[in-house]
Amino acid sequence: MSPAPASPYGPKADAGPPGLAAKLLGFCEELRSEGVAVGTSEILDAFAALEMVDWTAREDFREALAATIAKSQEDRRVFELLFERFFFRAAEAEAVQREITERGEGGGEGDNAGEGSERLDMDELREQIRDAIEAGDEDRLRDLARLAIAAFGQAEGSGVVGVDVQRIRRTLGLTAGAQPPTEQGGDRPPIDRDQLNKFERHLRRELERDLIERTETLPPSRPLAELDRALPTNPTQDLAAVHRAVSQMKRRLATLGHEQRGHRKASMVDVRRTMRASLETGGVPLRLKYKPKRPRRPEIYVLCDVSTSVTSASVFFLSVLHALHDSFRKLRSFVFIERISEVTDVFEHERDFAVVAQRISSEGGVADVSGYTDYGRVWQEFLTEISDELDPRSTVIVLGDARTNGREPHAEIFAQVAERAGRLFWLNPEPKLYWNYGDSVMAAYERYCDGTFECWTTRHLENFVNVVAGGVPAAE
Amino acid sequence: MAESSVAEVKAALAEVGYLADEPAALVSYLAQELGKPVLVEGPAGVGKTELAKALSRATGRELVRLQCYEGLDEAKAMYEWNYRKQLLRIQAGGEGGWDDVQEDIFSNEFLLTRPLMQAIASPEPVVLLIDEIDKTDQEFEAMLLELLSDFQITIPELGQVSATTMPIVVLTSNDSRELTEALKRRCLYLWLDYPGAEREMEIVRLHVPDLSESVARQLVEVIEMVRALDLKKPPSIAESIDWARTLLLMGAEDIDRETFVQSMSIIVKHRTDIDLVAERVGMKLAERSPTG
Repeated sequence: MSPAPASPYGPKADAGPPGLAAKLLGFCEELRSEGVAVGTSEILDAFAALEMVDWTAREDFREALAATIAKSQEDRRVFELLFERFFFRAAEAEAVQREITERGEGGGEGDNAGEGSERLDMDELREQIRDAIEAGDEDRLRDLARLAIAAFGQAEGSGVVGVDVQRIRRTLGLTAGAQPPTEQGGDRPPIDRDQLNKFERHLRRELERDLIERTETLPPSRPLAELDRALPTNPTQDLAAVHRAVSQMKRRLATLGHEQRGHRKASMVDVRRTMRASLETGGVPLRLKYKPKRPRRPEIYVLCDVSTSVTSASVFFLSVLHALHDSFRKLRSFVFIERISEVTDVFEHERDFAVVAQRISSEGGVADVSGYTDYGRVWQEFLTEISDELDPRSTVIVLGDARTNGREPHAEIFAQVAERAGRLFWLNPEPKLYWNYGDSVMAAYERYCDGTFECWTTRHLENFVNVVAGGVPAAE
Repeated sequence: MAESSVAEVKAALAEVGYLADEPAALVSYLAQELGKPVLVEGPAGVGKTELAKALSRATGRELVRLQCYEGLDEAKAMYEWNYRKQLLRIQAGGEGGWDDVQEDIFSNEFLLTRPLMQAIASPEPVVLLIDEIDKTDQEFEAMLLELLSDFQITIPELGQVSATTMPIVVLTSNDSRELTEALKRRCLYLWLDYPGAEREMEIVRLHVPDLSESVARQLVEVIEMVRALDLKKPPSIAESIDWARTLLLMGAEDIDRETFVQSMSIIVKHRTDIDLVAERVGMKLAERSPTG
């Protein structure tokens, strides 16, 4: 569980004697370490809800917990992943402690005849598994998974669970899609990917159980991979989060730096109002009236890399762009690969994100000959196209990975862009660790930027907004 | 009411024409037992609002509905002082002094109740539906918090009005905006999604019992195909029921390409969507039933 004692919820309470309550608290603790906000009131609700349902019904138990603890789809996904893992581990830990094993005394390692008295042949097993998958019989699937593992034998196992699962599946000749007819010549309905995954999950679980029994210890539980759940695989789902972060950014960009500007620059005298005011003093302009200082609209230029090296992140970036367009009137956006192409119109005329993404990929007009980014050329084109309009009140945001594919980065042109623009931020979809490795030339550009950020989750985006709001002074 | 188990809630909902899946039934049950509001999220047209209506029918409670929209405020959601009547009272004078009048004009008689107040003050237990909460702004959410956790409303001039009977509160959201943590913390959470083929089949058969089973099955399959496409507005459950009724009226015995093209506008309601659906789904139908 979470090794960090510095939890916002304070030090962990003494769980008291073992039992369901302690287990549940442990489970909530694990959820918190994965970033699900489980408050005390949620835990109280969970206990109250559990009093109302039958604990022996697994589905009810899980749904009751989920309804009280996981309060968004995102949370629900994490909940499902952790629920499976946590209670599986809890049961296994108990088994190790009490030295209960499922394999018989005789069924040791290297003994292929572990389960049945005779070794099942693969064809027979395959037929049975297909039957069980078709019927959706979970218990039977579990038994068959054990049989398959026994038949496959420990000797051939690689020791890596994921590899073994795939190896067993391939040996069995199970594939998703249309199935060959049965031995009697009857047709079989096709097996879809989900059903097959279910069987694989059983295999994985049984293999893990085997491993735990052999080593008599639980492997350390790892935090869920950040990328697994954080990168928006379904952009519409996370669109709301992106929009929220961007609307925050809007407020902050709009107000930032006004005071500085106001104090620095001399105000203009408003002649008309001064004359008007002078009437009070008999036509002598005693009090000077100044022209009111209008808050200026931020002008934003966004450059977004859509090349193949950032494929996974570009959906996320496009959703950021989409959200930006919702919030800012004066925003011009460009996408680039080898050359640059303005897509402001696409965003302004189309509200639906999916359509936008599709139109940009089809008619973005990015001269995409090689699919490799040419940053040097992009700066050059951007500068010629925009140079007249760039001024100290404009903000330039670059979304890209700074991988030049060995081409000249032309940092000096980038420097010119930086010099003309008021502020320049760079959001990089790669973790900071990878910057400047390989063909990444982040360092060359970094010194001209007012800020560089790694940005591949909405959390990073919020961080970016916070830093910007923290008043990173504009280098003018 | 007093349903005592999840299965009974499910059965009661089915009786009034709402086929709930396991989680929906369980959460409805918990909402009644624990007296907590339910936040229902999910795509448009999966029966979020219908769940609240069905709950009201199943429990025999009156449904009080608050439709949310941008700019909805206290005066329209909770209560308002009947300003004109107050003026009249002041003008009518009376023998009492200022104190009397002041006390008088801020009494229940001059209060206009709006849905939320109505639900709280009702002598009979009700089902309160706060529809599309994501359309309002965060300030409105904050205003709801007192109501959701304590079932009471504070009126500065009058004091607290507490619920005498526990309402069942259902909030729906289309997930167009993230709701605040504070609101979520006070609610049970239920995510409703499009039903699986089997359940949709049951739903269609329940509402249009005269439709033959084979057509119903075909209909559900086609709807699934249409939903799998990337549409502006995927067909809702209500629309598949409408379509089933249409097919019944048309006397269709089979959904072939022609029937489909004729009646497609019932389930697809965007020009670009229509093109896409006709191209992707219509073609498949032709292959499948060459006789049609």
